Amino acid sequence: MTTPNLLVLVCILYVTFLFTIAFAADRAARKGRGTWLRSPLIYTLSLSIYCTAWTFYGAVGYAARSGMEFVTIYLGPTLVMIGWWWTLRKMVRIGRSQRITSIADMISSRYGKSNTLAVFVTLIAVVGTTPYIALQLQSVTLSFAAFSKVDPTLTSVVRLQSIGLYVAIGLAVFTILFGTRNVDANERHHGVVMAIALEAVVKLFALLAVGVFVVWGLGGGIGDTLATIDASKIAEWEVPGSRWAGLTMLSAMAFICLPRIFQVMVVENEDEGHLRTATWAFPVYLMLMSLFVIPIAAVGLERLPSDANPDLFVLTLPLMAGEDALAILSFLGGFSSATSMVIVAAIALSTMVSNHIVMPIWLRMKGGTAVVAGDVRDVALLARRLSIAGVVMLGYFYFRLSGAGTALAAIGLVSFAGLSQFLPALMGGLFWRGATRLGALAGLTVGFVLWLYCLFLPSFGPGVLMPVSVIEDGLLGLSWLRPQALFGAQGMDKVVHAVMWSMLLNTAAFITVSLLTFPKPIERLQGAQFVNVFDHSGHPGSWTGGLAQSEDLLIMTQRIMGAAEAQALFSGMAHKQGLTGYLPEPSTEFLGVLERELSGSVGAATAHAMISQIVGRATVSVEDLLAVADEAAQIMEYSSRLEAKSAEQARTARQLREANDKLTKLSVQKDSFLSQVSHELRTPMTSIRAFSEILRDAGGLNLREQQKYSSIIYDESRRLTRLLDDLLDLSVLESGQITLNMQLGLVADMLDRAVAATGADGFRIERDVASEQIVLNTDVDRLSQVFINLIANAHKYCDADQPVLRIDVRSADDTLEIDFADNGTGIQMADQAVIFEKFARIGESTAAGAGLGLAICREIMARLGGDISYVPGQSGAAFRVTLPQEMCMAAQ
Amino acid sequence: MARQVLLIEDEPNIIEAISFILSRDGWDVKSHSNGHDAMDVVRAQRPDVVILDVMLPGRNGFDILADIRADPELGQVPVLMLTARGQVKDREMAERAGASHYMIKPFSNAEVLDVVRSLVRT
Repeated sequence: MTTPNLLVLVCILYVTFLFTIAFAADRAARKGRGTWLRSPLIYTLSLSIYCTAWTFYGAVGYAARSGMEFVTIYLGPTLVMIGWWWTLRKMVRIGRSQRITSIADMISSRYGKSNTLAVFVTLIAVVGTTPYIALQLQSVTLSFAAFSKVDPTLTSVVRLQSIGLYVAIGLAVFTILFGTRNVDANERHHGVVMAIALEAVVKLFALLAVGVFVVWGLGGGIGDTLATIDASKIAEWEVPGSRWAGLTMLSAMAFICLPRIFQVMVVENEDEGHLRTATWAFPVYLMLMSLFVIPIAAVGLERLPSDANPDLFVLTLPLMAGEDALAILSFLGGFSSATSMVIVAAIALSTMVSNHIVMPIWLRMKGGTAVVAGDVRDVALLARRLSIAGVVMLGYFYFRLSGAGTALAAIGLVSFAGLSQFLPALMGGLFWRGATRLGALAGLTVGFVLWLYCLFLPSFGPGVLMPVSVIEDGLLGLSWLRPQALFGAQGMDKVVHAVMWSMLLNTAAFITVSLLTFPKPIERLQGAQFVNVFDHSGHPGSWTGGLAQSEDLLIMTQRIMGAAEAQALFSGMAHKQGLTGYLPEPSTEFLGVLERELSGSVGAATAHAMISQIVGRATVSVEDLLAVADEAAQIMEYSSRLEAKSAEQARTARQLREANDKLTKLSVQKDSFLSQVSHELRTPMTSIRAFSEILRDAGGLNLREQQKYSSIIYDESRRLTRLLDDLLDLSVLESGQITLNMQLGLVADMLDRAVAATGADGFRIERDVASEQIVLNTDVDRLSQVFINLIANAHKYCDADQPVLRIDVRSADDTLEIDFADNGTGIQMADQAVIFEKFARIGESTAAGAGLGLAICREIMARLGGDISYVPGQSGAAFRVTLPQEMCMAAQ
Repeated sequence: MARQVLLIEDEPNIIEAISFILSRDGWDVKSHSNGHDAMDVVRAQRPDVVILDVMLPGRNGFDILADIRADPELGQVPVLMLTARGQVKDREMAERAGASHYMIKPFSNAEVLDVVRSLVRT
């Protein structure tokens, strides 16, 4: 008796076997061996992922429930392969020449590389495919359950569901391992294709084996089986013509639009010629797959209990007969169908999700800046791996949530109808240059919404996702909006009804909006490339290196990869080709390898364009040019950043130059200052030295002379001391190291002190003491110093016969002003500008003082938060000391 | 007749000191204390030696020296330049302008006397 443990073991062994095959195929492909990998047979077999577990198990169930209707599912693809092969060929040609990575990429590329469109297609694809992945997981679980029915000691439901989880995880790991070996989504996944081709053989063989067993083992030969069929209700089923036609059309449309079919048919396509073989071989495969469906269904209905699930007849018939080996083979067939579908769907969807959703978001988060190639590669790979895990897990959750209620075929049809919404945009894009991006968006939106409303949401049953009232009375109670009788179209089959309306309105919206809008230039370009693909590209299947100059290629490669690496690559390839030199023949294979190597450094599009040019095939595709333009734009952005940088450097240089100028100027000022200080120090020292020598050397000086010369020495010494004091004071003030000694003081007191300090005899000072009764909170000593300076200056320089200094204290709005005005001739206009500078002694004055007084005053006033200025236009010299009002404590 | 020295200097104490030193040696010292009309005084006085300060109010000593050297009648008069600034470039400027001797303040009395004597002798 078969135990679940044995089944698990068989599964593990089988998957290990697949791993081995896939790994070997990958290795062979990378080493350039294994041309058999690229045979049309493998291509045809890989197309069989169309036949999923739905086909394997579900077709029999379908037949048992609805008679011959299941044939429509095979009929559609067969008609497409035979009747529309030229359309498929066009898709394959475009896919290769435009380096298409997915159906989303195809549609977005056609409509001007619109990412909005790509995101939309991706979302529809995910929504449409997730139930399908769930379906596969469900079928695997059900097949486990079929074994458990025979053996009552078997597992619980929980364990069955956990089997679904394990299967999901295993498939995700497998897909990640073999589906994301390289970042180039356009590159073929040889390992995966090989594995699914093998699975195609397994499932066909299993189904045929079961069929043979059922017909000859159970049914008693062809004649008896036919009799059984006649006797069963299958023969009585009459399929309505509309449903027949509708379902055939639906499966035909879906065959073109399914992301996984697109993946194997277009993306994984090695050679356009393979399609030619597939046009007849694939229908044969489908025919073989469907050969025993009816017999198995009929015999199953007859032999098995009436409550047996017809979806599992393929499994339960051998089990019932005790043919365990056959049952396990059958189980493996179903397992193969399920796994191959999940793997390819996950690869296809993850490519879309990562390329059109994750990467754009990531790039935008990076601020759209040019990023290092390796960086992107890592992120792209990670995004694709996470997307694979995400897609498979999404399927698993759908499976857990939806339960096992719905019949397999029903889920499949809903999914088909959703994905078929791509068709108008896809076909329009291939054949109609007038199709526009907005048209495609409009068609997709209309179709998708109608599909959701008419088919997807109601498919969960009334009241689950869609209220019963809406299903029965229409949205908002409008009967013409009933999801299953839209616009009053009653009495139709639900699926056919939904497909009819969604496709009809999708196409109408697509065409109408396309006619009403104008394509952008890039859409026109891409449109021309797509529609006229056969005119543009010769035979893009592979490089032809006839004219290629290996040496030119080497030179170019050295520039990109560096000499050593490039020479190693070339001589390695030459060696492999059996040549003695270091230059290989420019064979297709070599050029392919070279392009891949180069694309690692300069990007796929550039590498392609570069080789194109050297090899002499001037058909650089528009896409390539556009991609090059993209890269060029990045380079331009980079160079504009460089420019910005060099502008910044220029700015820095200018600042440095300015700083240097300033320093030079400061240095000149310092020299001039030192020179002035020197002058001011040496002048009194000259007198001191001269007179002390006179006193020392010359005898016979009278007392009066002695006294006179001594007092000159004394005066000059004091002058020196004052000068040094002033210099130190100024230096402290200028360096800002001064500590202010803030205290309260009366303006009148400070002026009194200043007048007394200057000891101005014969010099009248006019004051209004009443206005001076203002208390200031300030550094009283420093402010007094300013006053002393101003009064002393007036005393020294006022040239009036009867010198008078007038001191006025005025309170203005926010300042206190103290004016010192004398009645002399004042200061000439030209000199007014420099009087506050150091050593700015002006005119011919020989009065004592080094010319630091006003400079010191200015510094002090700045420290006190006030100001000192010369007031021009007065009768004499007039200085104004300004203090901020907040220093005034009170006016008495 | 005593040899005449014209002292052009703005510091009264320095005028007093030099006057004392040279007078005692028998020189006839005249002084002038600004740069404006210094040339007029030189032309009027026709001194045997000119002692010229660099930093003068009104006009600096170098310009006055240049005028003296440019004047055909005064051209050969010995000029002793005095400066308190003590920078190398001042000495160079003085030499270029044609100073007979250049002295940095403060100076020793004996030195001034020696220089003035030597200037007249040559």
